[in-house]
Amino acid sequence: MNIVSDKYKTVKPEDVTVWFKAAPITVFPKDGGACVKYKDLQIAVFNFERLNTWYACQNLSPEKQEMVLSRGMIGDHKGTPMVACPLHKKIFSLENGENLNGDLEAIATYPIKIESDFVYVGFEE
Amino acid sequence: MKTIIVVGNGMVGYKFCEKIAAKEESENFKIIVFGEEPRPAYDRVHLSEFFENQDAKALEMAPAEWYTENNIDLIVGELVSDINREEKTITTVKNREFSYDYLVLATGSSAFVPPIKGVEKDGVFVYRTIEDLEGMLAYAAKLKEKNPNAKAAVLGGGLLGLEAGKAVMDMGLEPHIVEFAPKLMPRQLDSRSSQVLRLKLESIGLNIHLSKATNQILGDKAITGMEFGEDDVLDVEMLVVSAGIRPRDELGKSSGLAMGTRGGIVVDNKMQTSDPNIYAIGEIALYNQMIYGLVAPGYDMAGVAVDQIIGNTKTLMPDEIDMSTKLKLIGVDVASFGEPFMPASKGHSIIFENKTQHLYKRINVSLDGKTLLGGILVGDATDYSMLHQIYLNGMAIPEDPAQLILPATEGGGSFGDVMDLPDEAQICSCENVTKGQICGTIESGESKDLADVVGCTKAGTGCGGCKPMVKDLTEATLKSLGIEVKDTVCEHFDLNRQDLYKIIQVKGYKTFNEVLDNHGNGGHGCELCKPVVASLMASINADTANKEYAIQDSNDRFLANIQRNGTYSVVPRVPGGEITPDKLIALGEIAKKYDLYTKVTGGVRIDLFGATLNQLPLIWKDLIDHGFESGHAYGKSLRTVKTCVGSTWCRYGMDESVSFGIELENRYRGIRAPHKIKGGVSGCIRECAEARGKDFGLIAVEGGWNLYLGGNGGATPRHAELFAEQIDNKTVIKYIDRYLMLYMRTAKPLQRTAAWQERLEGGLDYLKEVIIEDKLGIAEDLENEMQTLVNKFECEWTQAINDPEMMKRFNHFVNSEEEDDNLVFVPLREQKMPEKWI
Repeated sequence: MNIVSDKYKTVKPEDVTVWFKAAPITVFPKDGGACVKYKDLQIAVFNFERLNTWYACQNLSPEKQEMVLSRGMIGDHKGTPMVACPLHKKIFSLENGENLNGDLEAIATYPIKIESDFVYVGFEE
Repeated sequence: MKTIIVVGNGMVGYKFCEKIAAKEESENFKIIVFGEEPRPAYDRVHLSEFFENQDAKALEMAPAEWYTENNIDLIVGELVSDINREEKTITTVKNREFSYDYLVLATGSSAFVPPIKGVEKDGVFVYRTIEDLEGMLAYAAKLKEKNPNAKAAVLGGGLLGLEAGKAVMDMGLEPHIVEFAPKLMPRQLDSRSSQVLRLKLESIGLNIHLSKATNQILGDKAITGMEFGEDDVLDVEMLVVSAGIRPRDELGKSSGLAMGTRGGIVVDNKMQTSDPNIYAIGEIALYNQMIYGLVAPGYDMAGVAVDQIIGNTKTLMPDEIDMSTKLKLIGVDVASFGEPFMPASKGHSIIFENKTQHLYKRINVSLDGKTLLGGILVGDATDYSMLHQIYLNGMAIPEDPAQLILPATEGGGSFGDVMDLPDEAQICSCENVTKGQICGTIESGESKDLADVVGCTKAGTGCGGCKPMVKDLTEATLKSLGIEVKDTVCEHFDLNRQDLYKIIQVKGYKTFNEVLDNHGNGGHGCELCKPVVASLMASINADTANKEYAIQDSNDRFLANIQRNGTYSVVPRVPGGEITPDKLIALGEIAKKYDLYTKVTGGVRIDLFGATLNQLPLIWKDLIDHGFESGHAYGKSLRTVKTCVGSTWCRYGMDESVSFGIELENRYRGIRAPHKIKGGVSGCIRECAEARGKDFGLIAVEGGWNLYLGGNGGATPRHAELFAEQIDNKTVIKYIDRYLMLYMRTAKPLQRTAAWQERLEGGLDYLKEVIIEDKLGIAEDLENEMQTLVNKFECEWTQAINDPEMMKRFNHFVNSEEEDDNLVFVPLREQKMPEKWI
């Protein structure tokens, strides 16, 4: 089980070795997300405009192993920025991936930087 | 450091671990748990749910990591075969030896298989473990291939037997229950309640055979039938034996512990066996000459054993154990408490029976009429929690005890307030939580809402039967502390939906951020408030879901229903269910082109499943080219108006239900509401459109239409109420306009018309005053608001595919043309379906 999710490991900002140039900022909805492909990984990228911050996490919902998190709604739960899975509304912290309304395993999160209106996702190779 | 070995990792063995891990003293002990099954403990009480989702993980009490985190060694798949009491060691089948200071036996029970001739044949199963269920599923699948009408029997009409009957029915086999006694659930029910239950179960499709003793199982290698008497044979190809349990007490016997004459290891009120270092808990423990086959006493025993071992020797098992139980059996409430049967010398019984509704209620009252001794409820057990509390706490009962079970009359239920219960009243018997603990955690400030209460006390986390009472207590306590129980949308607004409606309407806001910045709490919104505001914008400004798609509920964001594997289903509108042959062909061709699974929906439409995100615009372009429009099957909006054939073709039809149904569907299509809305129009009283199960329903009668309002299907089905009689088309539209608009203005988020109408102060009479007599003087406003929405209707999908910007929303990746490579489909009856969820 969880053959797919093993591919997703949280990357800390200090461990980034590759900054992947993903897409221009204009293709991401304001206060919403979209999915980026990097090698065989699917990464959900969120433009949290209200916080003026970008977040990235695995696109895979750990609950039923579906590639859907980028299609979820974002917002905050008691101040923690979060994304709600569109399938059953499990919510995950965009800061550390923790499942905030259940006991699911945490999702992997990735660093993001914006340079010249382009979104870069950080990976550790 | 001392070692505790727990033999058995079922619900009770696990509960022992959980309870000891919660104690500080657990640091002084090393704990090793042995489980014979290949997986950690799971919830056997809800075993039949495995058939619904085949998800063994969902039944887990705690994941394997939990044991590691709590310093407990869990050894699964290894049977303990021997105890050496002299040396204080145990040996496993793998010939490994472990020493203990304390041994806790929690090996539970196994299914009892009566010694019937032929019972060893293939196709005979017991109903006990996940592996048993998996074996049954595989066998049933093979049977069905050979014979789609195969029959299966369950031997035993007790609690578990009836559950097994439902399981057999779900597998698609014709279910038969065979019971030796002359009644169902002989240990819990009296003959009359058993008869009511039987009628109900038969109406669902279970075949019940009572007073049947099985002589032998027929068949060569595999079972082909059961023989009761010479000419009395039941042809079945599968049998599930559920004839009771036997304690798995082999270890007790082989190590010479004191045993009961019919099995079970004898324990005292400390749960100690005849060897003071050995404890026995759960279904192997013979306490007071009884084996208690319920989980709640097992949990209590685990608690006593834990306390005894860590040195709280004052904790003892009570002399009398409450065997009350409430469960939902195949969707039927069944409960019994206290003494369900009682000799006439001890008291009086009051019985309420309604066979047409499959209802039976019995309470037993002491001879002086002052105390409740027990009772039985079949068909409706909503009063169970309160009756059980009155029984447990010996509370005073009304002078006329019949009030306790008579159907609620005007003015609500006959019970007092939950707050009248004594503090020591046990609310959650699974987790042993009292009213005092629940209220205490709120009074101390530790808990601020229901979720906190559940987190702090674990109340309601076992069987869940006490949840409504926990909620009532929480709300009443908060209220008594002067804390307003807010009916707000979510943590981001101190406003309810109705307030937000007025604010948006008056201030004329056009975006979510405007509303949040001006009226929110400083947060950033969430999956609860965003769709509410989106829906209000739609109701007030006639915005489509395309306007601000990031605040839409996920379905509205992509204008399609997200399904099990993250693909979507597409449902174009087919007003009234009427469709031309050309359009039918178009649907078929489009489904073929994109390899979609097709199915006729419950609401006279055609559903196309399995579309990937990037296929949605292509499919919709084809559909729109063929004259279809968005069906809003994804939205909290009008779904369909179901029609029968009406006077168009039907020889009985009184009026043109199809024409009127289409007119109504086209009128209300696209309007956003607190919940989905459905309509129905039947051309005569035969009611083929099932209009009374809809939010608005019409039935043609002599002289016009009868209008029904506030029905729905779903989890709590409800018939619509007759609102007006013999009215013409124009009046129907006027009334529905007013009704829907009033509902959209005032209901709570995700509240359906049925629930809204039920809770409306003044009820149906009030609705009639407002809608028919225009008591509030708002009828014209409501009609105008509706007319605005009707005039502004736009097909969302036409909007989307004509705007290149909007189309970008439907790419799976923003940096690649590729599709999701994670999707797997499996074949199903010449079509496809998503592979099973893991």
